[in-house]
Amino acid sequence: MPSHETFLSAFRSGIFGAGLPVGVTARNPDEAERRFAVYRNNVLHSLTEALAARFPVVARLVGAEFFAAMARVFAEAHPPESPMLFDWGGAFPGFLEEFPPVAGLPYLPDVARLERARGRAYHAADAEPLPPAALAEAAGRADRIALGLHPSVALITSGHAIHAIWAGNQPGVTPGPISDRPETVLVLRDRTLEVPVWRLGPGEAAFCAALLARRPLLAAAEAALTTDPQFAPQELLARLQRAGALISIEEDAQ
Amino acid sequence: MTRLPADAGLGFKPEHFADIRASRPDLGFFEVHAENYMGAGGAPHAMLAALRADYALSLHGVGLSIGGARGLDPAHLARLRALIERYQPESFSEHLAWSSHGADYLNDLLPLPYTPETLALVCDHVDQVQEALGVRMLLENPSTYVLFEQSTIPETEFLDEVARRTGCGLLLDVNNVFVSCVNHRTDPRAYLAAFPLAHVAEIHLGGHAEEELPSGPLLIDSHGAEVADPVWALYAEVIARTGPLPSLIEWDNDVPAFPVLLAEARRAQAILRAVGEGERTNAVA
Repeated sequence: MPSHETFLSAFRSGIFGAGLPVGVTARNPDEAERRFAVYRNNVLHSLTEALAARFPVVARLVGAEFFAAMARVFAEAHPPESPMLFDWGGAFPGFLEEFPPVAGLPYLPDVARLERARGRAYHAADAEPLPPAALAEAAGRADRIALGLHPSVALITSGHAIHAIWAGNQPGVTPGPISDRPETVLVLRDRTLEVPVWRLGPGEAAFCAALLARRPLLAAAEAALTTDPQFAPQELLARLQRAGALISIEEDAQ
Repeated sequence: MTRLPADAGLGFKPEHFADIRASRPDLGFFEVHAENYMGAGGAPHAMLAALRADYALSLHGVGLSIGGARGLDPAHLARLRALIERYQPESFSEHLAWSSHGADYLNDLLPLPYTPETLALVCDHVDQVQEALGVRMLLENPSTYVLFEQSTIPETEFLDEVARRTGCGLLLDVNNVFVSCVNHRTDPRAYLAAFPLAHVAEIHLGGHAEEELPSGPLLIDSHGAEVADPVWALYAEVIARTGPLPSLIEWDNDVPAFPVLLAEARRAQAILRAVGEGERTNAVA
């Protein structure tokens, strides 16, 4: 009789395509294979569903049938490492870069990065937003303070129109023609706990990158204005403040 | 831990949150899958905190792999403990199943042979869970599609032994009983007659799907439909023997609008009420 350890190893291999584990049977033993296939199907189907729930736009872009086949390849190569399935899929964007059948969709890995950032933002730690007066009070020290951003905030820079692609492939939206171009987006969880995706102009993107790097506020604004002379830091700061994305003021920033 | 009320409860689905907050339905409790609330913050915790303020809570784990061969994951136990400390649920339950072998999580409740070796292993794991979490846990009977040549202990006896040796309670999933017994061409009433009902502290009821094999039906524990009539009949028979118990309607796939779930809970509640009134009448007589 195999030990439990040996038996589970065989069962696990059986799920991923090896033969029926020794000892698996049924009242009618001829049906053992067909019945064991229920477990095979449950595991692969549930993982496919879980991946599609985390990457719905990728799934829509490639179609459900293609996505299911691709998810099975991904699940075998990168199975979840914990029961916290919401956190599964960190390797998916990189997988898409290397998966030859989607080589014709060069924007797909960055769309997956955007969706991954949204998933992480949804579950990110809570943090109390700064009271509005705090920023006004600190404005005189703009050369020395850095702003702490909410743990959900992520900046994604792409050579492709990831915002247009993402927004055009939401449920109920009929995607129109999209002219590909570089786009940068900010993902964050707002005060309503929703996770919007903001398309940023070049100055806004430079500003957010500097904020995330904990650069002093003034230096961040200067960097952004160098990129885009039209950039208005106050507008973006107000928007971040309204969303609850500013959570702390750090003194003596370098 | 205080106890769950002996009333009907529902599995909580986030898409029903607004409905629940607006209507505050009269329900005994809500049950959540623990793993969905192991993120750091955001909407899941905001919803669970609001729900918990109004209702008794059952925390139901799906990822501990109590039937696994390589020991429990201490990190996962620590996450469960943190959830229990934060939300103080009235019940914590897990499955007689495995879902991890090595580093992978397979996202299904997989079956195990019932042998002296696995009995000792499961008892050891249940002891560790109860020790680490500081609570008495409930262990749920599985739905199964295959049998194992190496099994030497009937499932009901296996569960009874685990409950006796560890002091844990049992969660009786009546749909799982029906699914397994139909699949193995055995009599669910005989299974329930042998089940150690004295240890049961919660009931699960869910829907199943049906496929056809050459030898007859193969039922799949889909949690994607109404509870089937034969399962309701078995449930009423169990409750007639045990008296009212906390009874959960599970519906995890193809989740319908909230009123559909509520109607299922009302059906369970009516059975509980009928038995409860019968008991009171008997007590008076």
